[in-house]
This record gives sequence, structure tokens and C-alpha cells, in this order.
Amino acid sequence: MSIPNTIAGAARALRDGSVTAVDLLESVLERAHLTEAQLHAYLNIDRDGARAAAEAADADLAAGNDRGPLHGIPIALKDNMCTRGLETTAASQILAGYLPPYDATVVTRLREAGAVIVGKTNLDEFAMGSSTENSAYGPSFNPWDITRVPGGSSGGSAAAVAAGSAFGALGSDTGGSIRQPASLTGTVGVKPTYGTVSRYGLIAFASSLDQIGPITRTVEDAALLLQAIWGHDPKDATSYPGPYPDPAASLGAGVDGLRIGVVTELAGEGYEPAVESAVADMVAKLQEEGATVVEVSLPSFEIALSAYYLIAPAEASSNLARFDGVRYGLRVDGETTEEMMARTRGQGFGPEVVRRVLLGTYALSAGYYDAFYGQAQRVRAAIRADVARVFGEVDVLVSPTSPTVAFSAGARVDDPLAMYLSDICTIPSNLSGDPAMSVPIGLDEQGLPIGFQVMAPSLGEETMFRVAAEVERLAGFDARPEIPVVAG
Amino acid sequence: MSWEAVIGIETHVELSTRSKMFCGCVVDFGAAPNTNVCPVCLGLPGALPVPNRKAIEGIIAIGLALNCEITERSVFHRKNYFYADLPKNYQISQYDVPVCHDGHLDVEVDGQTRRVGIERAHMEEDTGKSTHVGDGGRIDAASATLLDFNRSGVPLVEVVSRPDIRSAAEARVYAQELRAIVAELGVSDARLEEGSIRFDANVSIRPEGSEELGTKVEIKNMNSFRSLERAIEFEIARQIAAVEAGEELVQETRHWDEEAGETLSMRTKEGSSDYRYFADPDLVPLVVPADWVEEIRSTLPELPEQRRKRYAGLGLDPKSAEILSASSPVIRGLFDDALDAGAPAPAAFNWLTGEVTAWMRRTESEPSNLTGVRVAALIELVDTGVVSATAAKEVLEGVLAGEGEPRAVAEARDLVQVSDRGELAGAVEEVLAANSDAVERYRGGEEKVIGFLVGQVMRQTGGKADPKLVNELIRESLAGNG
Repeated sequence: MSIPNTIAGAARALRDGSVTAVDLLESVLERAHLTEAQLHAYLNIDRDGARAAAEAADADLAAGNDRGPLHGIPIALKDNMCTRGLETTAASQILAGYLPPYDATVVTRLREAGAVIVGKTNLDEFAMGSSTENSAYGPSFNPWDITRVPGGSSGGSAAAVAAGSAFGALGSDTGGSIRQPASLTGTVGVKPTYGTVSRYGLIAFASSLDQIGPITRTVEDAALLLQAIWGHDPKDATSYPGPYPDPAASLGAGVDGLRIGVVTELAGEGYEPAVESAVADMVAKLQEEGATVVEVSLPSFEIALSAYYLIAPAEASSNLARFDGVRYGLRVDGETTEEMMARTRGQGFGPEVVRRVLLGTYALSAGYYDAFYGQAQRVRAAIRADVARVFGEVDVLVSPTSPTVAFSAGARVDDPLAMYLSDICTIPSNLSGDPAMSVPIGLDEQGLPIGFQVMAPSLGEETMFRVAAEVERLAGFDARPEIPVVAG
Repeated sequence: MSWEAVIGIETHVELSTRSKMFCGCVVDFGAAPNTNVCPVCLGLPGALPVPNRKAIEGIIAIGLALNCEITERSVFHRKNYFYADLPKNYQISQYDVPVCHDGHLDVEVDGQTRRVGIERAHMEEDTGKSTHVGDGGRIDAASATLLDFNRSGVPLVEVVSRPDIRSAAEARVYAQELRAIVAELGVSDARLEEGSIRFDANVSIRPEGSEELGTKVEIKNMNSFRSLERAIEFEIARQIAAVEAGEELVQETRHWDEEAGETLSMRTKEGSSDYRYFADPDLVPLVVPADWVEEIRSTLPELPEQRRKRYAGLGLDPKSAEILSASSPVIRGLFDDALDAGAPAPAAFNWLTGEVTAWMRRTESEPSNLTGVRVAALIELVDTGVVSATAAKEVLEGVLAGEGEPRAVAEARDLVQVSDRGELAGAVEEVLAANSDAVERYRGGEEKVIGFLVGQVMRQTGGKADPKLVNELIRESLAGNG
């Protein structure tokens, strides 16, 4: 029995009877067994729950109740999505042992689609970070080089998919937290249009920026996973009512006749030469395939990072206020309620979370609001206007996903600004609310993956996936990481 | 020096919607603690708010009743502060763009109409409830705090008046009028004792004639209109005494102590709280299209002020108009129906707010057998002398008891007055013949003897004669035989 390594392939194999959902799950669990000691992609593997779900999926399919492309497929969830009765921590000490009483909407949708939830993956605490080193439960590592980071904050999800310990995974992307780790692990990562995937049950980092999306091995798989989770949700007031595009409609349609904009501002200083040349080669290939390529300038992108590091921490400072020891999670006792709250938060939050909560509290304070938060909102409006103008001229924008390939573990932990620069290419799409995705296009000379970013206007997923599929085809990227295996 | 008080009132109105402001939990204050809760109103990780349409209709109705402008796109903000009974440690409220703004409420004090500006009315959510146990329930000595989140997320409307109020009495009338409006709209239980409507007052003083505002003190914890008035009176006097003694007033929050009859400093550092307001990114702007506003406007009931004016126009004096306006809907309905059936307003008012209301209180039941037509008929019976005023009360009892139309009740109970001249003439002659000495005294100029004679005729007829007519007949008879 050979186990396919894509969702689409597994879906076909399940239906032609060559594998069962239990086989798929066992292959994933075996892979996790062999790699978790090196990668630490998962915080919690739900073996019993997953086996029960896989058996049910097989029985369902045998009974003729086919729930669609995700039926029986093992999927991993970033541990900031609530799962009923299954520990959900957001990689924070403050939520150690927390068992949510409800499923996030994306989890409900995955269950309804017949997916098998393997477990919860590691992340930077409350999704704050770009390396998955800010996890209270220890860092994750990159399957391509276990001395390097997998990116973040959805590093666990990306590492699990790259390593084969899940067929696909969900991540969340506030400033690049799906796309950057996808880039660093040679996987496909999608941040959909803001409002298309419900945030109900996603532990909030920055509500106006957070968006859940898929991490998979192929562009087609990403489309399948996205279609399963998105759609209007009355429980999320910011949810987009519809109509929704079809991301799979134009896969394979090529790029002939499309206008592709190369963003001037997302190149130059700080970008590794191997990354820049790989991206330039891909742009040239797209042009050969019939796309019109133009250089476009979006001056506001230069200040996007600064605006982001005011808006995201400001929202986070308020979103994280609820972790106070009163109702759930960690409680550190004190003489008074205030002291209990302060001690709980002091002990429960890691240093990066504390840094951002302080930054955000300051940015919102009376007397500073207008100079910081207010100014950042005006920059955000300028970015939206800039992007809207450019999307009048081109169909998609392209750039590197990350200025660098995976960096060494520990290299940036003491330099927050260097860490923040990891997201310089991805942040603008969060601020504008537009969709963007990363597709692997090759390896550098050290054998580390390079990601190519495709950005589209809001609800432009069909064109975005169309271009991404062509990038994938042209890159012909099918390398798999070789992880030094230590049997547990 | 002569001082002027400057008073503004902040009112919190708990809306009586079926479900909470941002989740589907039932609003029910009698329920066991923490039974009407869900991930949203408990502030669990990942939960998101979705606004309640009924609550928005409630605030629009309040805004319209207070003559406010309704904002087409208002914004929900987060008010950030840490408190154990505030589950998210921020309250979803409104800040610079509330649903309602720039209205007014006219109040009548000592026959004068005063217009109090309404700065704004905004939508927010209520907090949970803390109960401190051990050591007398004081927070600083309590051994534990119990939290009940049933109230968490209940829709609240905050109405902020402009500092246009000049006396404690005006403040009381403003509060009473606002409560009456909210009750009339049916959007809240509007019960002070239960806290479903709460009033806080901002009080300052300034020299008469000054346009500047003095140091403002907020007073809280007034659980009745009387305590609101007393607290403000006390506070004005306290501030004047302090300033005249050369003390400097501090901006602070003071607590009204009902028993001691004074306001006490809560010793909180004012001005130190920075709520870090910002637009709630979990919610989109609240859009209220003009046609929705008009739809709500068209369903507004008659408000107390409009009603008082209408009653006054029907011929009631101001005091009666006010009493009737504050009466139960049943009484007011019967009043309107009685007038439609031709009854004069003062008589209808007297019967309904007098005898009928007394009967309702006494029997603790609704006057289901009474109609406006029957009220009018009863008044007609009295006015035409068919029954006496005293007998009419008995007729009313019968009608209320379900014995039928007033006329039928009067006949069945044998209460119809004898008002046939011929029938009475015999009785009059008999009485005059039997009381010749009284007749003599009358003729000698002792006018009041006629009362005795009338009484004798009434006795003769078993009390059924129309005394007015008897009086008339006696006078005619004595004059004619003179």
C-alpha cells in the first residue's frame, strides 16, 4: 500500500479503495512518532480522538455518505483554535490545561467535512512571533534543517505539513504567520481575504488583522482546504456574507494575458540574493508564459511595518486583558483581586507577549493615542488606497514571501526588530485585508526552501490561485525534507 | 454670595430584551447564578460579539422619544479597565459616535417648563455582579468575592443629559419623566429598586451669574427619586459650605448614604483612569438607515408629555392631567373610550381615578366589566337625575361585579329616583299636612326648615325621590298656598 502525500491524492485513493482513513491517519502518526522529537511541531496529538474520527470516516464512506474532498483526511490545527474538550493553550502558560467548552467555527466545519483532526500544533505564544521560538512549551524546528526555525507564528502547522505528520493544517495569519512559515518550510500557505474565514473560536491576537487559512503541500490542496473552512458565519460580525469566489475554478488556466506587478519596495537591502534571484527567475518564467509584468511602486509599504507594530499590539493589549485568572486558565493567588490578576499575568505571559501588551497599552493611552494608534490607522488607510490604486492596473502583485530563508534557532530571539523584519513582505496584505499566499519555488544553495508570494485584491482568490498554480507548475518543486530520524 | 447649582444626570437603562446584547443568552434576573451564560458573555478565549437588533431598536426608540438625532453609522468602542466582574476586562460601549445625540426633554417644575438638553444616548453592555462575602460584605475586608455573570452582556442604554438642571427638584422631575418615558416605550422594566434604571448625578456650584463650570462631583447610589433629590440637595449644600469656608473642592465620586443622609467620598483617585477607548475591531460600524428609524418612529406610543397636553386640551386641569397621565393604561383607555361615548372629561376623570381605581386596589382585579360606554352611561344617569350621586356608586359596584348596563343595574337594585312630579306631589301634600308647625315656621321666615321637610318626603318615599325635585315641589306648594 502506498500512501499518497497530497490531500487530492489521498481523496482519490480513499475512493478507489486503495487506502482507508485509518491508513492515512496511521501514516501520519507514524511520521510524527519518527520526527516529533526533532521538530516539536505538535503540542498535543489527539491519538484517540483522531482514531475514532478516522474509523467513523471510513464507516461513513463505506455507507455511501461522502462528505467531500476532506473526508478522512488528517488535518492539524494551530493551537490557538478552540477545540471542545481538547486542551487549547495558544502556547501560553496562562492557558495551561484549558479545555474549551466549544469548537471554533473552522473546527466545526472541518468535522462536518469529515476531516480527521490529528492534534494541536505549536506556535509563538498567542501567535506573537515569526519563529515559533516564543512558545511557552519550547520551540519547533525546521524539517529542512533542525538547527533552524520553521518560521512563525504557525511554525508547528508548517513543520507538520512539511514533515508529513499532517496532510494539511490550519494556521492563522496576523502579519504573515501562515505565509512566512510556509515559505521557510517549502509548503503552500494562504491568508484569505479578511472576513472570509470565521474567527469565532480563534484566540484573538489582533482582531482586525487575524485570519485563518490553510497550509498544505500543493496549491490544489490549499484550495480544497480553504473551500471547506470559509463561508459566512453569523457568529462573527466581521464575516463576509458572500458571494464567495471559487479558488479552484482556474487552476491550470495559466497566466497568459494576466498583468503581474512586481513590488519595487519589497526588494533590496535585507533581502538575501538567493531569494531575490529565485523570485526574479520565476517572474521571468511567468512573463514567458504570457503574463504582462510591470514594476509597481507602493510607497506606503515602507511604513507598513511601523503601523502594524502599533495596531497589532494595541488590539492585542485589549484582547489579552481577559486572561486574568478569574474565570479560567492559570491563577496565581494574591492578597487582593488586583494583585491576583497582576501576578497571574506576570507569570502567565512570556516576554514577547508582555512587550507587545505594554507597547499596545502605551499606543492607546490618553495623550498618545493620536500620535501612535491614530497615526497608524491613517497609514493603514493610505496602504488600502495605495493597493486599491495598483490593483486597478494589475491583476496580482508578486514578491518574495520572506526576505530570507529559514534562519538559525536563537539567531533573532534577542533582537526583536530583526525578528519583526521577517514579516516585511507579508504585513501589507493584513493591513489592506486582501488575500495573499506563498508558494515554494526552490531551494537555496544550503538546501533551504524559498517562497514566492502572490497577492490579490479582496475576493480575488480565483486569480490568486490561478497564478499560484502556474508558479507551482513552473517551479516544479517536489523536494521533500530529509529529517534525521530518531525512533522515539 | 449667592450660588447656582449646575447638575447633569447620567441614566443607565437596562433594556428588557429577551436575549443579551451580544449573544443569545436569556436575560433573566431571577435565575440561579451563572446559568444564563455562554462563551461570549463569559469572555472565553475566541468568543466574538454579535449585536442584538432588538436592543438597537430599543435605543432608537429612546432616542426618538428624547428628540435626539439618530446617527446613521455609529461605532462600538472598547472601554478598557480591569475588574473581576467584567469578563473581557473591557466593556463594549460607544465613545465619540453614539447612536443618539443632541436631543432634549422638557420638564415641568412649579408650573414652569424647563428644557433639559440630552447630549447623547449610547449602547453598551452590562457587567456581571460581584458579591463580597465575609466581614460585612465590604470589599476591603471580604474573604471572598462571588461572581454571577447572568447580568454580563445585558443591553444597557446610557442617557447623558447636558448640565442644564439647576435644582434638586428639577433633577427629580427630569428623572421621573425619563423613567415614565422608558416605561411607556416598553423597552425596559424601568424599576429603580431593581436597578433596571439607575441615575447618577454630576453636581457643581458656581456664583450666580457666572458662566464657568465649577468642580464637578459625581454622586452615585440613589435608589429612589426621593434619595436622588435628597442627595443632590445635600451635595449642593455641602459644596456651598465648603467653598464658603475657604476649602477647595476636589473632582471625585461620592456615594449617597441613605441612612446617614449624606454623600461620602469613595476615595478613588479621579482622573487616573484612562480607558484607552478604541473602535472594537470585532464589530463593524452600526448602520441605521433612515427608513428603519421611521419604521420605529411610527410605532412609538403616546408619550407622557404628549398625553398631558392632550388631556389638558380636553378640559382637565394640569394637576388632573398629570394624575391621569400617570394612571394605569386600563384607566387611561377607559377614559378615552368614555369621552368617545360622550362623557364630559372632568366627570370621567373623577369616576375613573376615584371610585374605579379604588375598586381595583381593593379587589386587586381588573375592571373587565367596565367599558367607556358604561362609564358615560353612568355619568349620564347622575346628570339627568335618574340616580343620586350616592346611589351611582352602588350602580358602579354592580356594573363592576358584572350585573350589566348601569341603567339595568340601577333598576334591578331599585336605585332609580322617583322624579315624576305627579307621583311625588301626593307625598309632598301628605308631609306638609302632617307637619303644620314646620310649615308655619317656614312661613315665619325659618328657611332652613325646608331641609327637614325634604327629609320627611325622602323618608316617605323610601329614599328614592329626587331630593332636588322634592325641594322644588315643597317650595312651589308653600308659595302657592300662601
